[in-house]
Amino acid sequence: MATTPYRVIGTRPVRHDGADKVTGKAVYTADFKLPGLQAGFILRSPHPHAKILSIDTSAAEATAGVSAVVTGADFPNVKNKIAHLGEGSVNLAHLSANCMAKDKVLYKGHAVAAVSATNAHIAEEAAAKIIVEYEMLPSVTDIIEAMATDAPLLHADLFTDDLGLKADTASNVAVHLHFEKGDVATGFEQADVVVEAEFKTATVHQGYIEPHAIVADYNEDGRVRLWTSTQGSFTCRQQTAEILQIGVGDVLVTPCEIGGGFGGKIAVYLEPTAAILSKKSGRPVSIRMPRTDVFEATGPTPASFMRVKVGAKNDGTLLAGEAWIAYDAGAFPSGVIGPGCMCVFSCYDIEHAVVDGYDVCVNKPHTKAYRAPGATQVAFAMEQLMDELAEQLNICPLEIRMKNAVKEGSRRVDGPVYPQIGFVECLEALRDSDHWNSPLEGDNRGRGIAGGFWFGCGLKSSAACSVNADGTINLLEGSTDIGGSRASLAMQLAETLGIESSDINPMVGDTDSVGYTDVTGGSRVTFATGLAAYEAGRDLQSQMKVRAAELWECETSEVSIGDDGTFSGNGKTAGFKDLASQLFSGGAALVGRATVAPECPTNGFGAHIVDVEVDPDTGKVTILRYTVIQDAGKAIHPSYVEGQLQGGAVQGIGWALNEEYFFNDDDQMTNASFLDYRMPTMLDVPMIDTIIVETGNADHPYGVRGVGEPPIIPPPPAIGNAIYNATQTRMRELPMSPPKVWLAMQSSD
Amino acid sequence: MTTATKKIHVTTTVNGESVEFLCEPRNSLLEVLRDTLGLTGCKEGCNNGNCGACTVIINKRPVNSCLVLGVEAEGAEIETVEGIADARGLHPIQDCFLEGAALQCGICTPGFLVSAKALLEKKPGASEETIRFDLSGNLCRCTGYDKIVRAIQEADKQLSASTDDSKTND
Repeated sequence: MATTPYRVIGTRPVRHDGADKVTGKAVYTADFKLPGLQAGFILRSPHPHAKILSIDTSAAEATAGVSAVVTGADFPNVKNKIAHLGEGSVNLAHLSANCMAKDKVLYKGHAVAAVSATNAHIAEEAAAKIIVEYEMLPSVTDIIEAMATDAPLLHADLFTDDLGLKADTASNVAVHLHFEKGDVATGFEQADVVVEAEFKTATVHQGYIEPHAIVADYNEDGRVRLWTSTQGSFTCRQQTAEILQIGVGDVLVTPCEIGGGFGGKIAVYLEPTAAILSKKSGRPVSIRMPRTDVFEATGPTPASFMRVKVGAKNDGTLLAGEAWIAYDAGAFPSGVIGPGCMCVFSCYDIEHAVVDGYDVCVNKPHTKAYRAPGATQVAFAMEQLMDELAEQLNICPLEIRMKNAVKEGSRRVDGPVYPQIGFVECLEALRDSDHWNSPLEGDNRGRGIAGGFWFGCGLKSSAACSVNADGTINLLEGSTDIGGSRASLAMQLAETLGIESSDINPMVGDTDSVGYTDVTGGSRVTFATGLAAYEAGRDLQSQMKVRAAELWECETSEVSIGDDGTFSGNGKTAGFKDLASQLFSGGAALVGRATVAPECPTNGFGAHIVDVEVDPDTGKVTILRYTVIQDAGKAIHPSYVEGQLQGGAVQGIGWALNEEYFFNDDDQMTNASFLDYRMPTMLDVPMIDTIIVETGNADHPYGVRGVGEPPIIPPPPAIGNAIYNATQTRMRELPMSPPKVWLAMQSSD
Repeated sequence: MTTATKKIHVTTTVNGESVEFLCEPRNSLLEVLRDTLGLTGCKEGCNNGNCGACTVIINKRPVNSCLVLGVEAEGAEIETVEGIADARGLHPIQDCFLEGAALQCGICTPGFLVSAKALLEKKPGASEETIRFDLSGNLCRCTGYDKIVRAIQEADKQLSASTDDSKTND
């Protein structure tokens, strides 16, 4: 067994919030109650595109038990202003209009009014009495159709931002992005082989099991208190304050336990509405979003249309790449297109490349981030083209990837030059894996591989650690814990201080109690908030050095701290807990604190192998075996790293094989339930094997890279490649559901 | 449209204790458990029987409590996630979920624990295929299921070992 310099990092302790979560005691937002709590219900548009001519709320207001009714008229006018939400930004006028429509509805499910009452049934019945008069407008949900000059316009005031210049006629195209390196025309001229194809992917939802929920209390002192399910309590506070036009200090967000998010619980949907209902009713108000509304009215991630072309030399060296990418923004400009453009060629060193990207508004819910937002769509195209090149050149799919894999010094098409990264190491681990070296036998079976990249970000994080009388520690941090981060942060602090993970009580603070912390997203928490926990520990140790010097009657410079956290000075030594306990009883309390804002991306790479069997009669694809290989930098809690890899892979499998929004001819979503929006069940997948590669990361004291996002990227192309290997049928559209696979197999016969 | 329907008196057993409550005919058992009895361990993920987060055991059978009316609880024996652990501590299935990191966000966990407990009581020694089939009504979006299946297999082992021990002791 390899030796490790660590005592705590790399072990697998039980998570601190574990007992609460296996006994039903953990408090999620829908579990939280206040005296006099009212239940809210939101009335939503049945139409995909219509003007609101009038709203008559009188019958709802007259209903017994109703405490308030709210429409767009109750929302302050919010000016166009871009707010940065940590990972990504949003126009606040759009954010407000998405929470509650004012003049126009832009998708089926768009909120038009809300009611609070003594219980949810009364609120729902009263909402049904609200009369909304609509003037129907033509609608569009297809990306390419929406880009046409004669397409129905969603926003009369939206002018394409074309490389920084505003167009002079209104359009559904919010943004045109362009990235370029080298001379792509020359690159293709020099190429011996060129492959090119069009790809489409469907709208998919993050599919968290906990629906959005909120408890809001507009207090008599003018402060709004929110208990909510959010990936970022501070960004929730900011958005709510801006929409309500009050100061951020007038909003207190207490993050409850969060039942999944995957990028979908960053934007606010219910918070401003519940706050206004609370203000009007004088009571606290809760809203629990029905599952149908979660599908129809919260951010799915973009559908896409892509045309990608890649050229290579006979020896497999990539020379040129060209990508034209259009993502559906939904009802308002989205921004997922940016990372899509940056990721399409991010795994390979290509001398000449050009990427054009378009963010296109359509009459669908406003699209949002979903785990490595924008990267999965483009990987579906690029990673299949890599296999097509390999086939034409008669090279192994792994070999062509190893030959062109990005490494330290490679420059991406959008500019950045990679520091030390681990893609080559992942491909080597794939080459050496049991899965890759096991033969796959049987009819209609095939194997596929694919790579994936996600930036990972730093952003702002804060942490404080206070010493208890017995030398144990309370760790206060601001990252909402979506999958075990209390443990990964406490473990890093324990390692720093030389104590056990169980000596630390980690707590996620509310926005009044802890320093500003950006969202739980961007694969950043274990990296950046982990860095804050480490720095807070170092700050605590520095203070303890000064106090130890007083206690031991020596100079501070004579006190040293060993690798195991033991303090020594003037011939005396004491372990952390022992010294902390002595100092506690002998003077002022000790609190270490840190705020950090690392700017460096963490550059996560992964590679997947999948074996499939395709039923030739039905087109159904069965996953036989699956292996995820990923560079974690350093795995703090390996079980939870494996869990991220496994969970991400299965979300990717769902995206690959089944998940999609269906729209009828009237542009209304028709499958807004877990029965019809078919996410993988336990029976649909096998065990997911994992190989954690650890190449370290110089930007983190323990070498952590973010791990959460990359594993969702490779499954669709890896499965596409496996289907091709099994059937000689190339799939160019997601999902690769039975009817689509069956049809494609007929036409390729 | 009906409002203020007359409430009905129901007597039932929840986690071994006799319980009485009043509910409207339209209230689901899930609503009663969460809102009337305060048993919020039972989660609402979809309210139409597709996610399993609200699973409880009624008369030894796992069911989606969102698809059962509160009035149907009359005379039944109901077990919820709150009843799995007792004064001696966590049940092996709970321990195995924690040791095996079989949860991430935790919202689906109560439903899985209840379904798994029902499965292991009925089918000790269940194969991986049986576990996956029987629990396919419980959705998890975080874990990819791998660690959940392994935790259930480990709990099954521990439970059968403790049964064997008690036989030996007899």
